[in-house]
Amino acid sequence: MSNLDMGDVAPVFEPKPDLPPPATTVGVIGWLRSNLFPDLLNSVLTLLGLSVAIWAIWTLLTWAVWDAHFVGSERDVCKPNFEIAKDEVTLPGTLPDGSIVDIVTTADRVVVPPGVEPNARWTHKTVVRTVRAPGTREYAKVAVEQDVVTEGACWIVVSQRFDQFIYGFYPSDERWRPTFVVGLGLVLLIYMLTDGVPYRGWVAAILAIPFPIVAFILLRGNMLGLEYVDNAKWGGLLLTIIISAVAISGALPLGIALALGRRSQMPIIKMFCILFIEFFRAVPMITILFMAMVVLPLFLPPGTSFDQLLRVLIGVTVFIAAYTAEVVRGGLQAIPKGQYEAAAALGLGYWKMMGLIVLPQALKIMIPAIVSLFIGIFKDTTLVVIVGLSDLLAMAQLAITDAQWIGLAKEVYMFCALVFFVFCFAMSRYSMYLERKLHTGHRR
Amino acid sequence: MSEAMSASSAADSGPSKMQVSDEVAIQIIGMHKWYGQFHVLKDINLTVHRGERIVVCGPSGSGKSTLIRCINRLEEHQKGQILVDDIELTNDLKNIDSIRREVGMVFQHFNLFPHLTVLENCTLAPIWVRKMPKAEAEEIAMHYLERVRIPEQALKFPGQLSGGQQQRVAIARSLCMNPRIMLFDEPTSALDPEMIKEVLEVMIGLAHEGMTMICVTHEMGFARQVANRVIFMDAGEIVEQNEPEEFFNNPRSDRTKLFLSQILSH
Repeated sequence: MSNLDMGDVAPVFEPKPDLPPPATTVGVIGWLRSNLFPDLLNSVLTLLGLSVAIWAIWTLLTWAVWDAHFVGSERDVCKPNFEIAKDEVTLPGTLPDGSIVDIVTTADRVVVPPGVEPNARWTHKTVVRTVRAPGTREYAKVAVEQDVVTEGACWIVVSQRFDQFIYGFYPSDERWRPTFVVGLGLVLLIYMLTDGVPYRGWVAAILAIPFPIVAFILLRGNMLGLEYVDNAKWGGLLLTIIISAVAISGALPLGIALALGRRSQMPIIKMFCILFIEFFRAVPMITILFMAMVVLPLFLPPGTSFDQLLRVLIGVTVFIAAYTAEVVRGGLQAIPKGQYEAAAALGLGYWKMMGLIVLPQALKIMIPAIVSLFIGIFKDTTLVVIVGLSDLLAMAQLAITDAQWIGLAKEVYMFCALVFFVFCFAMSRYSMYLERKLHTGHRR
Repeated sequence: MSEAMSASSAADSGPSKMQVSDEVAIQIIGMHKWYGQFHVLKDINLTVHRGERIVVCGPSGSGKSTLIRCINRLEEHQKGQILVDDIELTNDLKNIDSIRREVGMVFQHFNLFPHLTVLENCTLAPIWVRKMPKAEAEEIAMHYLERVRIPEQALKFPGQLSGGQQQRVAIARSLCMNPRIMLFDEPTSALDPEMIKEVLEVMIGLAHEGMTMICVTHEMGFARQVANRVIFMDAGEIVEQNEPEEFFNNPRSDRTKLFLSQILSH
């Protein structure tokens, strides 16, 4: 470039314009191409997978919806659908009298015209069936019948037992109380979790302190003119929700405290937290439940009767708290040292540093792990069956063993699975939403 | 030593040579620090006057950062005394808190709080430590964000800003606490060359306003322009300290000469 002397204008750097990416790499087609049909093998696998999925869903829907019985109150409604599928087999031409013809069929019956006598050796599901023709006649057609028995789901067991699945043995006339408590709790919870509504902090405070008290009074009764309902009668989904709600709301703060304690500089606190966490993590949940039943009373003054449900609640909460603590500790460790130093350099003390800087960031990292933990708790509450509490699964087993509904385990367990799925899926979706919301664009 | 320094600064009339009061801001007497068995800082004696701007340089591992981190007790010293505004740094949490309130710090990696907006980063400490009403804290924060020339980024999150912008926010965040002393720990070392300038400009502006500053940096241009004194450290000791012109032109110790020849030659 010899012409770059003083008189010339220096070349101006102009960035090239942005071009759109090739059409085959974007949009629906691009997505299909890159994910489902990138090459022959993957295309075959896609089609194979798709057909298996369609077959499975179709089979399930046929049983659960199309052939199912929804209306009624008696077991008798749920008779299997019986259908005769008819088919025809053409015989070869004219046969002499007394001749024997083999018909190849898997049908249950062969319907023959009058005068034709079916062979007595027929057995069900034989492939070759024999027809003997009396007299020389022309048999153009022989009808073949196939019995098709389709068994649909009998959802009547669920509708008949629904109240028990939801409330356990809670007295029928008082069931508005748990309905109100759970409904109020849900409304408050949803309000608290909604963005951009005023007074969220107040609602959170109501949920934290007055709500549990109101809930307890309403559920238990024995005051304010409410009939006393012993908590041995609380059951079904209600009990599942109570145990999970108490365990989750108790375990989170306890777990955070344990995690902070485990990272504490003070040796006694640290030692206590480590022992606590390691002990409860090292023991199976079922053992904890049995221990809560049998061992906990040892620590109480003799003669004190200690509520069974309360014992279970303490056991479950403590167990989950130990797990939560380890999750929280992992989150705390992921916070860079610089964050602590910056907070300290600004003059924030330990609690403000933790509450304003470290925990908000750590909790954000921990959301997926904590929610899976909570989903786990919700499902693990079914273990309380073995210490005699009547949660949803216990009610399900009761229904199955009822003489009237015997043999309907599929329906009842499907219902339980659906209930658990709805709750767990909701929690999972909320956690995904929360993760997106809290992602503040810091790219590290 | 301090007489020699103030004499030389009186002789020069450059922009960096502004009034230095006799009031002592930081006094370090016979300070030692160990990391386990490792003796990081050895017998440090340093007096910093109010309004003085000190640049600390030296090879990596020489204890520069550790020294300034001892001043706001991010690191604990094991022997000797550190007095900041006549308050001695001991294990007394009250003293530590009151010193941290007066001493601002800017880090190499900015250490902004990623979950808070730029504005919230700046108002957090005034609101929670100084108990300032939110509106007032926000007003002050906007004032300092204007000073570091990024008020338009106030509602963004730190992750959305460039390194240079983040470091300027970090400076504004410290200034919001209205500190009397500012510590800078290699504030430009993690920045791209194009961003170093914007941060240095803010620091130079601060220096012109008479802020007491201790700055660990290898920006020798900055040192020449604003420092009253350059301190050279090696192996945990203060090897040499002098007024910048003298320091760069006539280094006394061999170690300083070697260091300067290496950083100035590339």
